[in-house]
Amino acid sequence: MNNSIPAKSLAKPTSTAANQLRVVRPEADNESGHSKQTHTTVPQSFSRESMVDARAVTKSYRRHKTSVAVLKGVDFSAEQGKMTAIVGQSGSGKSTLLHLLGTLDRPDSGEIHFANQRIDNLPARKRDAFRNHQLGMIFQFYHLLPELTLLENVIAPAMIGQSILSYFRNRSSIMKRAKELAELVGLSHRLHHKPSQLSGGEMQRTAIARALITDPKLLLADEPTGNLDQESGQSILQLLRNLNQESGLTIVMVTHDENIAMQCDALVRLKGGKVERLK
Amino acid sequence: MGMLWHPMDQECYFRILVDKLIGRHRRTVHAKERGMYKVLLCWRYLKTRWIALASIVSVTLGVATLIVVNSVMDGFTSQMQDRMHGILSDLVVETRATNGIAEPNWYIERIRARLGESVDGITTVVTLPAMMTFHHNGNAHTQQINLIGIDQSTYASVSDFSKYLLHPDNKRQLDFILKRNGYAPDREALQPSGWEYRSRVEQLKKDRQTELERYRQLQAKIAEEQQNQIAKDSQGLSDSTADQAIDPKANENGTQPLEANSDLLGGPMIQPVQNSGGGRVFDASIEQRIGIVLGIGIGSVRGRDSDGQLKDYFFIRPGDDVSVAFPNAGSPPRAIDELFTVVDFYESKMSEYDATFAFVPIEALQRARGMFDPLSKQGAVTSIQIKLARGTDLNSARDSLRDEFPPSESYVQVNSWRDTQGPLLAAVQLETTILNVLLFMIIAVAGFGILATFFMIVVEKTRDIGVLKSLGAPGSGIASIFLGYGVLLGSVGSGVGVLCGLAFVWKINEIARVLEWITGREVFDPTVYYFDTIPTVIHPFTIVWVSIGAVLIAILASVLPSIRAARMHPVEALRYE
Repeated sequence: MNNSIPAKSLAKPTSTAANQLRVVRPEADNESGHSKQTHTTVPQSFSRESMVDARAVTKSYRRHKTSVAVLKGVDFSAEQGKMTAIVGQSGSGKSTLLHLLGTLDRPDSGEIHFANQRIDNLPARKRDAFRNHQLGMIFQFYHLLPELTLLENVIAPAMIGQSILSYFRNRSSIMKRAKELAELVGLSHRLHHKPSQLSGGEMQRTAIARALITDPKLLLADEPTGNLDQESGQSILQLLRNLNQESGLTIVMVTHDENIAMQCDALVRLKGGKVERLK
Repeated sequence: MGMLWHPMDQECYFRILVDKLIGRHRRTVHAKERGMYKVLLCWRYLKTRWIALASIVSVTLGVATLIVVNSVMDGFTSQMQDRMHGILSDLVVETRATNGIAEPNWYIERIRARLGESVDGITTVVTLPAMMTFHHNGNAHTQQINLIGIDQSTYASVSDFSKYLLHPDNKRQLDFILKRNGYAPDREALQPSGWEYRSRVEQLKKDRQTELERYRQLQAKIAEEQQNQIAKDSQGLSDSTADQAIDPKANENGTQPLEANSDLLGGPMIQPVQNSGGGRVFDASIEQRIGIVLGIGIGSVRGRDSDGQLKDYFFIRPGDDVSVAFPNAGSPPRAIDELFTVVDFYESKMSEYDATFAFVPIEALQRARGMFDPLSKQGAVTSIQIKLARGTDLNSARDSLRDEFPPSESYVQVNSWRDTQGPLLAAVQLETTILNVLLFMIIAVAGFGILATFFMIVVEKTRDIGVLKSLGAPGSGIASIFLGYGVLLGSVGSGVGVLCGLAFVWKINEIARVLEWITGREVFDPTVYYFDTIPTVIHPFTIVWVSIGAVLIAILASVLPSIRAARMHPVEALRYE
């Protein structure tokens, strides 16, 4: 507990001192519920819209009764329509930050905003719905459901987001969309294969198709190429790049591959629990 | 593992689970928790995880056993009730007074007035404890019996009495007259019976008598000759040839064996002529005494021969005479002795009744006991038996009669057949209940098997649970995947169990035979139960509650693993290796 930093005391200094991408609006801390209002009235210090941002976020994990602070007041923002990469060493908290952005976890202190709306303190139900409707996620180990076929994996988020009745009502359009996405990621010939019959690259493409089925505004990618060879990794990256450019999908990607990171629009480094903006 | 329990979801998970359990659906704008993925995953898990099916085999077995046990127990109970009800009339108005109910007609009128249309049949009966004596293989045997005087014209209208008699004519209408032959044509052991048997026995008896007479005369002659011989010897002349020719014959076929043989036929017992009146000699070969119908257990034993075949052995047959001693109606009662001719057997297959009941005509008993009033031409009875019309409520009819004859004012008691057999029926009921509790414990044990298997599956599926959460599946949705899985397994398990149980019940006698053949031991011994086949009754209600119970146990067993799955922290779950 000794080395965990009190959240409140750390929040202000970091947000002001660091040469950040943007300045955190001071009102946000006090009137988190009315962020929309502030968004319209307070002039922005930067021109572009922020899709998702973390404000003075701290997070620590407890292990064997000692607390390890992973994020020590992180301010981070991903611009709409941009591809942002987060790099850093293993254990630097990249994935933790990504999980916080994706509401899979909640920060100890600080706030997460999505489209200028605070999301980290939403009730569990709304966070579930947020993940389902607004967010796509892909992982290093693909995380497909082994019992389902490729097509079923792709439509899984659509099934989760709808009642059985509305699923059956919209089934044809969902199927059509899933097939389009499979076509997009170049897997339309393997629709009825189980994940165990697919290669790593194919599984990651499936995961991308699955992430896109609900037409999310934001795609979070946790080392999407980390488990792939150079060629497959490059083609996955190309796929993401295309998605970003053609449909304006905002992508936040965690990677430790500098090469891939350099191809992104923005680049931040996590070091010592803080964010450094590199690009 | 501790980290898998998401502390922040705690407040919602209880709400979610309570909502799920009581079937309330929390409608939120964003989340629609009922998704197709649950059905799909449930089904896929069922298809891919056979180990879970193995865990519900115990549910299947438990359900099947419950159904078999319940149908056999119900079968026994209903058979027993049928039989008891067949023997006992619906309602009995009885007295314990020695001289009985002196004016039965007055009671019958009041009963009819009280119950009206619901009386289907009514008869009067004299019941008393008695002692029966019969001779078998030269020995006198005594047996305690319940002597029942019945009105043969009406007795069959209150119970299934005549159904249980052996002679086809008596099944139609009992007349207490010995039949020529034809008692239970399907029973070989009973074949020498009726008049044919009686006259043959009498003939033998007469022949023996004649032979005995002849032998006595011969002996007398020999004695006379010996006297003469002694006289001659004393005169010095010796001629022993005649003596030696006769003496061995006398020793071999002499007095003792002949007397034993006549005992065998009950000879000496029947000799005293009692009720043949008018000083005329009673000729047993063409005349019978008052008829008596004996419970088959009084006159026979059932056992097995060396080949293991079921065999009845009769020491008394229709046509034999027996002597019955019973108390008269005087005070103090004195024992009186009567001779009766066995005219039929009574086989209700309730050993308790078959071993003690003996039926005689009511007037004979009334006259012998001094219960007959010569002025009113009315005999006293000890009980009035009533059969109720179909659909009449037994207890309310009984209570109405109890109202009519309050115990404080009259000397009769009113009981229904259920009251009489209450303890036995209650014992069977208790047995069934205990068996059900024990077998449900077996299913509960199976529930723990499901619990363990489900925990394993939840652990195995940790990453998938994390994935589902990252895709936006709420905890309740994940819980319901596993709950649904439990319901599905429970339904499959109990469904298969019901089918197996029904199949077992359907072929239970064949299965018993196969078991007998394999083990070489009687599974269902007719010498014990008097049933030839195992009786079964299937109540649809039993099947319904057994299956619902089994499914409930499966659901209960999957609740804990489901809660655990619902509470998993998505990040921890995704990292789980």
